[in-house]
Amino acid sequence: MPTPRIGVFVCHCGLNIERTVDTRAVADAVSRQPGVTYVSDYDYMCSDPGQKQVIDAIDEHRLTGVVVAACSPSMHEPTFRRAAEEAGLNPYLVEMANIREHCSWVHLDRDEATEKAIRITRTMIEKVKGNHPLEAVRIDHVDKCLVIGGGITGIQAALDVAESGFQVILVEKEPTIGGHMAQLSETFPTLDCSSCILTPKMVEASRHPNIELMTYSEVVDVSGYVGNYTVRIRKNPTYVDPEKCNLCGECEKVCPESTPSSFERGLAERKAIYIPFQQAIPSSYTLDEDTCLGLRPLRCSECAKVCEPGAIDFDMQPEIVEEEIGAIIVATGFDLYPILELGEYGAGDVPDVIDGLQFERLLSASGPTGGEVRRPSDGRIAKRVVFVQCAGSRDPENHNPYCSKICCMYTAKHALLYRHAVHDGEATVFYIDIRAGGKGYEEFIQGATESERIHYLRGKVARIYREGDQVVVWGVDTLSGRRVELEADLVVLAMSMDPHPSTDALAKALKISCGGEGFLKEAHPKLRPVESLTAGVFVAGAGQGPKDIPESVAQGSGAAAKAIGLLAKEKLTHSPETVSIDEEICGGCGVCVGMCPYGALSLNGAGTAECNEVLCESCGTCVSACPTGAAQLKNMSDSQIREMIEVALADV
Amino acid sequence: MSESTAPFEPRIVAFLCRWCSYAGADLAGVSRLEYPPNVVPMRVNCSGRVDAEMVLTAIEKGADGVLIGGCHPGDCHYVSGNYKTRRRVALIQRALSEIGIDPRRVRLEWISASEGNKFQHTMTEFTQQVRDLGPSPVPAAAAAEATTDA
Repeated sequence: MPTPRIGVFVCHCGLNIERTVDTRAVADAVSRQPGVTYVSDYDYMCSDPGQKQVIDAIDEHRLTGVVVAACSPSMHEPTFRRAAEEAGLNPYLVEMANIREHCSWVHLDRDEATEKAIRITRTMIEKVKGNHPLEAVRIDHVDKCLVIGGGITGIQAALDVAESGFQVILVEKEPTIGGHMAQLSETFPTLDCSSCILTPKMVEASRHPNIELMTYSEVVDVSGYVGNYTVRIRKNPTYVDPEKCNLCGECEKVCPESTPSSFERGLAERKAIYIPFQQAIPSSYTLDEDTCLGLRPLRCSECAKVCEPGAIDFDMQPEIVEEEIGAIIVATGFDLYPILELGEYGAGDVPDVIDGLQFERLLSASGPTGGEVRRPSDGRIAKRVVFVQCAGSRDPENHNPYCSKICCMYTAKHALLYRHAVHDGEATVFYIDIRAGGKGYEEFIQGATESERIHYLRGKVARIYREGDQVVVWGVDTLSGRRVELEADLVVLAMSMDPHPSTDALAKALKISCGGEGFLKEAHPKLRPVESLTAGVFVAGAGQGPKDIPESVAQGSGAAAKAIGLLAKEKLTHSPETVSIDEEICGGCGVCVGMCPYGALSLNGAGTAECNEVLCESCGTCVSACPTGAAQLKNMSDSQIREMIEVALADV
Repeated sequence: MSESTAPFEPRIVAFLCRWCSYAGADLAGVSRLEYPPNVVPMRVNCSGRVDAEMVLTAIEKGADGVLIGGCHPGDCHYVSGNYKTRRRVALIQRALSEIGIDPRRVRLEWISASEGNKFQHTMTEFTQQVRDLGPSPVPAAAAAEATTDA
């Protein structure tokens, strides 16, 4: 190997580093380290003139390696690697010494911080001395996208990817796509009918030649890596062949068993064989085997007897489908915070205390009451309705600490729609604050607050209970300071939004993380909102955090654009800092083969191990298990680490 | 015997996995969480890369303590590297006590990318622990051996 000629560039980062680290002293100290031929320090190395210094020095001093002592490699490693490339130096001969996040920002004593900065910089100089020029590995990828979740976000993402010419698989665990939006009556702030704007999209998704729908299906297992994922999907049996089912509904009429409908949120019953709603897609019945009298052995079979097209097949089995996928979009959506957690509001105890989605069903023309606001207990038209905002939200002591973002808006919508439905009705809204940021949102709220017989009361509700056939609401009006006691026919809780319960297990399978509240975590809260930290896996919609329909659709499109960007590349690149095997010393024991989680290692005909660099993810687990030292990570070999440790500990 | 009256300041090496603990250290920095400067961090791709040789080299070269930071169980970016580390560290600790080195000088911690606070707390607490244990016996023993050899 030629004698190393390393250049070290110490950044002040304005005062971010310079305030606690004497950068000149760092440059001086490392200039005496063997192999270092050039040092400099500068205000902002990442600026254009800073990068030019690096480029010029590479050229002028014929540098064989560069260390930039500055910020975390997650910030500017790509910047300086590109600059080096411009100067004709292989980018893998450039390393960052992190003297900002790991030093100047966390220490106060200038002498101590300077000493640590010298140690950190030295280790990276030793590393670069052992680095080799490498070329990024170019890999093929599959041109297919998987979208998980068939709500409005997933539908939008699937349509956008499909429109750009790539194949999409849209997986939804319910028997129909549409998600929660299908349950809504109207949408704020325009009051369009939710079904009227959603169902054309559902139809478009189902008819698109590039989209394959997999409803009543779940992702069970994901392996592989960006561009080349292998996904196993379980298709649950619906016991009805959607090709044959003609929606005549005869099966439903004869079915003897029923259960509360989850689409109607328990406000109506459905049969064991059912279709969630008339515009469901695929438009086919589903037999819910948990409600059915019994399939094994067959106990009833009345449905099959009346099914003219013979669509019912009791022998249908769950099927595991394996798909090769290039990019994955996770759009798992939300669920409401469990209403039973709100015992203080009579939830679960008082039948006329319902959640916002139940109220949507009461308002919906296709709902269980045909759009009449009839209360669950006795079916009477509700003349006095109390709406409680922030039910389970913004309550760090007892419930969710966060704001669910959409409740102010949909409660105003509920109050307005209620007034349209019940002309002599009275609506009272309890609120903490009104949060109506959004185009046309504040105006919408104004409209509601100025409406006749809609009363906005600023204050929290303490207790809700039943007295006779009335619901009593205890609260406080914090503007007048008065205690308020109201009698109501119906109480609607604007429940907090939770990530869908399936989110956590799915995130684990995909190796992406969830934040403290369980919502999917994005790669950067501001600049990378639809990417996860795992390459090729994108996140969108209310599973990432509470959001309304326009925002969910925008994220669906955003995630689709990211996925398209990946799929449209001819080849993907992969880090070349993979494992190499020295065949001279490999004894062929095969320990590494067992250690590799990616199946990248195998024993070849010559009896030595071999690494497939396309599969290798560079974890190095095999390196630490190799008894002879034949397995080494490129640019992070045992000998490099030994040198790094030595200089880290040597006197300064 | 040292003639200095200054309190003993240990030298510590930390091997931090790229995806969790190194990022947790970055977050501690971004959040300006102060901790003692005794630890020199080194980035490895996975805590599963850390082998006995690395830990023993550090101790041989004069480290008073070695910290290994990995992803929480179940969260390893490379599926299962951290489980392998857990077993390996237990073995290293046993080997160390056999040769008369306090096993508490080597510690494995799970620190995620969102746990800047835990990183700060771990560095502070581990530095204090190693400070309490006193200087590593290895450099003195090596010096004595060098004298005998001469």
